[in-house]
Amino acid sequence: MIACRAWASLGVLSALMLMLAGCGRTGDEVMIGSKRFTESVVLGEVLKELVADSGTPVRHRRALGGTRILFNALVNGEIDAYVEYTGTLTHEILARSEPQDAAALVARLALDGIRLAGSIGFQNNFALGIPESRAAALGIVSISDLKAHPDLRLRFGSEFMDRADGWPGLRDVYGLPQRDVRGVEHELAYRALGAGDADVTEVYTTDAEIAAYDLRTLVDDLDYFPRYDAVLLYRADLERRSPVAVAALRRSLGLIDAERMIAMNAAMKIDGRAEAEVATDWLRTRFDLASAAPAEGRAARLLRYTLEHAMLVGVSLLAAVVVAVPLGILAAYRRRLGQGLLALIGILQTIPALALLVVMIPFLGIGAGPALVALFLYSLLPIVRNTHAGLVGIPATLRESADALGLSAGARLWRIELPLALPTLLAGIKTAAVINIGAATLGALVGAGGFGQPILAGIRLDDTDLILEGAIPSALFALAAQWLFERAERAVVPRGIRG
Amino acid sequence: MFVLDQVFKRYGQTTALDGVTLTFERGRTTALIGPSGCGKSTLLRLLIGLLTPDAGSVRFDAESLAVASLRRLRQRMGYVIQQGGLFPHLTARQNVTLMARHLGWSQARIAPRLADLVALTHFPADGLERYPSELSGGQNQRVALMRALMLDPEALLLDEPLGALDPMIRYELQEELKQVFATLGKTVVLVTHDLAEAAFLGHTLVLMRAGRIVQVGCLADLMTAPAEPFVEQFIRAQRSHLPEAVF
Repeated sequence: MIACRAWASLGVLSALMLMLAGCGRTGDEVMIGSKRFTESVVLGEVLKELVADSGTPVRHRRALGGTRILFNALVNGEIDAYVEYTGTLTHEILARSEPQDAAALVARLALDGIRLAGSIGFQNNFALGIPESRAAALGIVSISDLKAHPDLRLRFGSEFMDRADGWPGLRDVYGLPQRDVRGVEHELAYRALGAGDADVTEVYTTDAEIAAYDLRTLVDDLDYFPRYDAVLLYRADLERRSPVAVAALRRSLGLIDAERMIAMNAAMKIDGRAEAEVATDWLRTRFDLASAAPAEGRAARLLRYTLEHAMLVGVSLLAAVVVAVPLGILAAYRRRLGQGLLALIGILQTIPALALLVVMIPFLGIGAGPALVALFLYSLLPIVRNTHAGLVGIPATLRESADALGLSAGARLWRIELPLALPTLLAGIKTAAVINIGAATLGALVGAGGFGQPILAGIRLDDTDLILEGAIPSALFALAAQWLFERAERAVVPRGIRG
Repeated sequence: MFVLDQVFKRYGQTTALDGVTLTFERGRTTALIGPSGCGKSTLLRLLIGLLTPDAGSVRFDAESLAVASLRRLRQRMGYVIQQGGLFPHLTARQNVTLMARHLGWSQARIAPRLADLVALTHFPADGLERYPSELSGGQNQRVALMRALMLDPEALLLDEPLGALDPMIRYELQEELKQVFATLGKTVVLVTHDLAEAAFLGHTLVLMRAGRIVQVGCLADLMTAPAEPFVEQFIRAQRSHLPEAVF
């Protein structure tokens, strides 16, 4: 009976695995990607709606991650198109030995089977911003003017602080003398400027905050910052697979100028409107496109997050149980091997989730795959360790009594040892489940969906409601899982060994 | 039934059995007795194959206790230890019938056998659904005895079965064990450190010291013809607590 059930769950598991393996791509769907910040997401929405308008099936995998993840996904064919910035491309994919110009970039991309179709119509460059009132009082117009004011407090996003073409290069090229320079969260830098706690920060020229905080952008008089033209990238083979989709995508060229982009960013970040809505509004104004899909209601959205999250946790946990329990048994029976095994699985646990996710993308692509593997690996330790501990903790007299009765080793394990270890084993699975539910929110970083999606979107948009929309259900989910496991424990652990 | 021939057993530097040769006769109750560490428990554990001899042979019903035959032979023996060794996750009923169920006995065969055992050991029938943690020490030993007897084994091995019980319960169970042994007529090997218990339950006493057998015989033999001064010392030590001895 119990064996039957075990086989049944194994069957369900393999079916789910197959489903997952298949869900990377479905048919002729055109796959649009976007990076993990508002502007990129809204541009992804624009591309999606243009393709949808041509009658081609299309999906937008939103906020997948950073440049590396998106570019690799494009090269590997997991997405067909996204909007990238030329400065980033030059910096990320051209070797230093190559000429750093547009022609070299186009040629290099063609080698990877990627077309650079042209500009969307705006640049999103780096610039330095300073509150208008302060700039007027000090008479600062260009970056060179900063040299005369060594006491200014500079606050930069951590990425800008570190990258060679960020602050270090800027300081050397202009010979800037400021000493009070610190790295902070980009969003916080704006707030510090607004509160008068800082004077200068780096800005992206399409940031809505420039207007909101009344900042003056300084002239880059030594031409230090590279140009960051927003350009459309798509896979060359899409021209063959779906010329209609390519034509639709190309309608985005020259579609949005800097002023429009700033307004769109403001609509989202300042007014808190959804990316899809903002994209649709502009396309309607410009092309009279009907909205492709009605906005998803909150209930439907929550249901989708819940299902995605439950799938991530359920499948990874089930697979972990199937693998970790035998490993725990092995570790208990072969003490020396067991020590090594536990140490190895312990090391797995120390790999940062983000690193693990990114490392697996080349092999498993984006989406649920890497998230499932990461969650599976993180679930192993508590289950292996508790199975091992439960078995090792059984008094020798009981094991001998089983032997003396004439039970075989297998029967002893099945009828005596595993049932005795059950409370400890279940506690391990419960721990794994609760950790897993929390960790699964990171899956949204690689497009696996789940409650992490509203959390990440909320952080991006500085929208607490959105963050809570993910955080609260996730916490409730963890509580529900805990409650469920306690019920299950009461049901399956005999009264004689209940704690 | 059991035959030991020149059996040696060591634990590291300690010699537990130092060349023991002994025969246990079918249908008789033999009590192994001696001071702590004399090797009596080791001898019992060798009989059921929980230990293997370093040298010498142990045979059961003329068959050697080899790995291949061990499980089959163990099903022809019952084994009871001091604390019962009951499985805490199983009820008394499940403990007793575990092996029978594992071997695929039908309910129609299990039920009457269990009823016989409950009657034989005077176990309260309503206690069958309780877990070991919900039963008294004496009741647990009754369950352990029922479990050992469930498959109707030819031999019964008991290692200080009453050692952990308080004197009143112990006295009562000694009476019951004697009846059970008499009723069943099985080959019984009992380990105890209590001379009175050994004499009360055993047909034959085997007195051991430091891994060797000092003397084999009934209590009268030990008293009237002690093989060496140690026999007298041992008996005197035990009697000092029992001035009006049972004999």
